Amino acid sequence: MELICPAGTPSALRDAVAAGADAVYCGFADETNARNFPGLNFSRSEMAESIAHAHQAGVKVLVAINTFARAGAVNIWHSAVDDAVDAGADAVIVADVGVMDYVARTHPQQRLHVSVQAAAANPDAIRFYVDRFNAKRVVLPRVLSVPEIAAIGKEVNCETEVFIFGGLCVMEEGRCSLSSYATGKSPNMDGVCSPASHIQYREENGMLVSRLGEFTINKFAAGEAAAYPTLCKGRYQTSEGSGYLFEDPTSLDATTMLPELKNAGVCALKIEGRQRGRAYIERVVRTFRQALRALDAGQPIPTDELRGLSEGQSTTTGAYKKTWR
Amino acid sequence: MKLTLGPVLYNWKPEEWRDFYFRIADEAPIDSVVVGEVVCSKRAPFIADHMPAVIERLAASGKEVVLGSLMLMSLARERNAMAELAADNSFIMEVNDLSCLGMIGDRPHAIGPFVNIYNESTATYFASHGAKRICLPPELPMTAIRAIAGALPDVTIEVFGFGRAPLAISARCYHARLNKLSKDNCKFVCEQDPDGLAVMTLDNEPFLAMNGVQTLSYACTSVINEIGDLAKAGVRSLRLSPQQCDMVAVIKLYRDVIDGKKTPAEASAALTGLYSVPVANGFLYAKPGSTFVNNVAEAQRTARAM
Repeated sequence: MELICPAGTPSALRDAVAAGADAVYCGFADETNARNFPGLNFSRSEMAESIAHAHQAGVKVLVAINTFARAGAVNIWHSAVDDAVDAGADAVIVADVGVMDYVARTHPQQRLHVSVQAAAANPDAIRFYVDRFNAKRVVLPRVLSVPEIAAIGKEVNCETEVFIFGGLCVMEEGRCSLSSYATGKSPNMDGVCSPASHIQYREENGMLVSRLGEFTINKFAAGEAAAYPTLCKGRYQTSEGSGYLFEDPTSLDATTMLPELKNAGVCALKIEGRQRGRAYIERVVRTFRQALRALDAGQPIPTDELRGLSEGQSTTTGAYKKTWR
Repeated sequence: MKLTLGPVLYNWKPEEWRDFYFRIADEAPIDSVVVGEVVCSKRAPFIADHMPAVIERLAASGKEVVLGSLMLMSLARERNAMAELAADNSFIMEVNDLSCLGMIGDRPHAIGPFVNIYNESTATYFASHGAKRICLPPELPMTAIRAIAGALPDVTIEVFGFGRAPLAISARCYHARLNKLSKDNCKFVCEQDPDGLAVMTLDNEPFLAMNGVQTLSYACTSVINEIGDLAKAGVRSLRLSPQQCDMVAVIKLYRDVIDGKKTPAEASAALTGLYSVPVANGFLYAKPGSTFVNNVAEAQRTARAM
């Protein structure tokens, strides 16, 4: 299984390459990629140089052009595709059907990966992308259990890639407008979710209150770890009960699931976090490289190595073990 | 400007569901009606018995009947059910997930608001493969709507015009989670909330509405003040999404504004009396979707400036 690592900057990409990534994914510094955060991402020349560096080390670079193109400005997405191809990208990761159509027509030789934002959650949807646009790999939404992933792999003529560590969407990716409802900024259009620019913290009766736009997302007692106020991981109330109605402030760690994912035929493992710092990337990549070596050698996989790096200090295997089904 | 009644998104009691459509057939000035369970396949068997009668009554009253697909399907039985629906040539299918497109090929079809069409080139792609009507995702601003509708004069571009805005879909059932039940043994607790379960913040701000695997806005979308602007932008249909209120009266209000029999201000005031949930239209102005731009003149200035 390939280890696919995030890079928000050229130096993070170098760290990921050095730490043992098989491939690195990254994006241009504009609205075409789904981690469009200030100070992150690659200029055109940085992309070309970084791809050259990675290729020297035998590491692939996958360029994420995975927001939905803005109406009236589709050319921005087209030129991102053109420039990724020119820079020597090993694949482009795309979510928008119109952009996929452009890739298939304009650059038929370019390897196309279906972004998790394209919400390909079943074999029929995957076949649509394979048949229409010659997609070679699909990044599966984080809503599937391991048996479901195995079943999909048997049914489609396409590689599958799954997330193993980092942020966890509980809604189907690419089909969630919660962030734009609260802030006007959405993953699909702006490449951001619950953006820091719209977050406020305030003290209130000894509690720390986190707000997103005009809404309270959570309140923490003194001494309680305050998780980042991602909208779907807030505390809310209803007439029938209150608490973390959608998901706890937790993140994905599928270390213990690696053998099952391998048996399910998964061909690539993805680490979330292009917005993360270099030290984080280096440590996560190195740890998963060790885990994969242990897996290949038939040795026990070290767990709990990464606990301190996880959001809110708690982790879950997400949908892979579908305890909630 | 035409009017489409979207599918009932909530788990209504089967007889109420049937009677709702019977009344729509008999009394509502609506052009097109989307029927079928699109949110959760577990609910589908309950309305299945009433589907033929509902479809027949709607068709007999001259309404176009469109069958909506599920939004998210992972189980084999869900995929088989959609393949069966797609194979039925007697009705137009509204596709709410791309997996249905392979099943219908290039046959004429509609596309619902759950398929990601954010720009004119994606819309053109779908239109070239048989999409005759496209209901755009609710989060699109007026600028995008105008660009898409302007580029596709031969496709009926529809905009979400009334009802709680659908915001997210998950494989996990939040009603079941709240009631400490598994999805497979959910006891259909969502039927307790036929208008969605209000989700409030810890400061008691109304925020969202829970509907099983789906999450919607607490606020009710209203584009009554923007009907003129939407028509000028090339929008040819508005989608009204069923809520627990007098939907026939809601449909008549929108129809009256379209026909010039009521001013937007009159209709907006009347809407508050019909459905007491606060209204929102922020998505159209590229503002938070929860907000409402309520000054008509300001709204028009903003729209022109965009």
